[in-house]
Amino acid sequence: MADPSDLDVAYVAKLARLNLTGEETCLFQKQLSDVLKYAAKLREVDVSRVEAAAHAIPVFNVFREDEPRDWFTAEQALSNAPHKANNLFIVTKVVE
Amino acid sequence: MSRPALPALNIADLQSLLRRREVSPREVLDALQARIEDIDPKVEAYLSIDFEAAAREAEKVDVDLPLGGVPIAIKDIINVEGQPCTCASKILRNYRAPYDATVIRKLRAAGAIPFGKTNMDEFAMGSSTENSRVKLTRNPWDLSRVPGGSSGGSAAAVAADAAFGGLGTDTGGSIRQPAALSGIVGVKPTYGRVSRFGVVAFASSLDQVGPLTKTVRDAALIMTAIAGHDPQDSTSLNEPVPDYVAMLNSNGNLKGVRLGLPKEYMVEGIDPQVKAAVDAAVKQLQSLGAEIIDVSLPHTDYGIAVYYFLATAEASANLARFDGVRYGHRAENPKDLLDHYGRTRDEGFGAEVKRRIILGTYVLSSGYYDAYYLRAQKVRELIRQDFAKAFEKADAIVSPTSPVPAFKLGERTADPLQMYLADIFTNTGNLAGICGISVLCGFAKSASRTDSSRGEIDNKQLPIGLQLLGKALDEARILQIAHAYEQSTDWHKARPPLAKIEN
Repeated sequence: MADPSDLDVAYVAKLARLNLTGEETCLFQKQLSDVLKYAAKLREVDVSRVEAAAHAIPVFNVFREDEPRDWFTAEQALSNAPHKANNLFIVTKVVE
Repeated sequence: MSRPALPALNIADLQSLLRRREVSPREVLDALQARIEDIDPKVEAYLSIDFEAAAREAEKVDVDLPLGGVPIAIKDIINVEGQPCTCASKILRNYRAPYDATVIRKLRAAGAIPFGKTNMDEFAMGSSTENSRVKLTRNPWDLSRVPGGSSGGSAAAVAADAAFGGLGTDTGGSIRQPAALSGIVGVKPTYGRVSRFGVVAFASSLDQVGPLTKTVRDAALIMTAIAGHDPQDSTSLNEPVPDYVAMLNSNGNLKGVRLGLPKEYMVEGIDPQVKAAVDAAVKQLQSLGAEIIDVSLPHTDYGIAVYYFLATAEASANLARFDGVRYGHRAENPKDLLDHYGRTRDEGFGAEVKRRIILGTYVLSSGYYDAYYLRAQKVRELIRQDFAKAFEKADAIVSPTSPVPAFKLGERTADPLQMYLADIFTNTGNLAGICGISVLCGFAKSASRTDSSRGEIDNKQLPIGLQLLGKALDEARILQIAHAYEQSTDWHKARPPLAKIEN
């Protein structure tokens, strides 16, 4: 069983693509350890015969016709772009 | 004959003036604008307002529609075309919505005018609106206290007569809790009752949009307008929408209604004044004919833990889209892609959002998924079964909405766990996917020393909320019960001292 002391905030922040300052890392380490200690009470519950519920009211097989329809123009889709040119999003270099 | 100033009216009364052509939508809008300019510098409920666009709509709106000519305040997490939609976050500071959310499209079709965007906890993560990265919203009943959250801006605006009604979102109590703390009505619909299309996602299996209003009738009016199936939200339920207003029982009789009182809800830490007010409300419901029965929700105590694992897990996935590529803030001059992501998100998100992304990423990560996320999903199923069993005996469940009245600004910000416990009575309703309403049921007296040097005691009245939880898709029933209760009391006529309007 996982232990609250297993949490390594600096490592998880890397997974989450989220830079943290040293101060934030220390603070979150303490605060989230408290949350995990509080949540350890979930171990008391016998869940051996319980199916996990992802949704309270399951809705299955929601299909629609695969038909084209009007949606955003390129101009609308780009209207909030932090950096754009020639009707394209400009992104940070991915490959050398 | 004199009538109350326009902003003091509820939606139903405003609508009848509009329909009789005694006032025009433009006059309503102008009166509301004057009120907001007068009161909002103190309450700070709004993040952005576009009176010009609203005035253009007011000129052509059909006042005979169900909400014809009624301006509605919108939580800044719901897309309104052409308006900012910041989620009170720096990462969306310059974002403008290129389209209307389905709830906005439906409000417009009913004649309502979405004119302004209200403050909230950043990305709806919080219970006090203090996690807004833009401004602090204050409780109109006591400006040194929080309005609740995360829909605190909409709640404070309605309570201060700076809005006729508002929309909020409720993921763990974010409509009902601020409604309770601000002394108004708030409804969390059944999961899937209202479309989430165009609403910025926090926890997709829990989020629902709902109304914040001055009366239960007004909540029923807005519910009738916004509920219903939406092909653009695959989780929305394809069930007919009743006319919730027509279904309100006007004679106020609750004979034959069975109300469940869960023994687990009288927990330690509940404020004695809250307990007293809720006990009195239960007696009042009994005197209207309701039968009170004991029910048990044995997994209640696990609700907060389950909620914070599932809500943060879903949030960590949903907020991955804020990568500084297609919209939102982007860090300057990144040296590579990881630097671009890491700094963009560090600069864009505030502390609570970061904390939840970390917790959510952790509970989904390899080696911990089964112990935290999967176990929480299983306990969620047990919570859902608790409610299913309780609803075999009871038509609705009664409880306090919040264990405490409005707390002081800054009082709980240092301890996230304490803040999370504010949702103890509300978030199991989201986990089970059922519907709930909060209605004003009394006041707590706060005797806080405002000026210690002179020893003055400042007596403020702080609203207390009564929560009614109903079965999935049984909104009509909880609205009926809440309406009967409200009409048998004078609580809903009380206005915060700040909000009193001189005629």
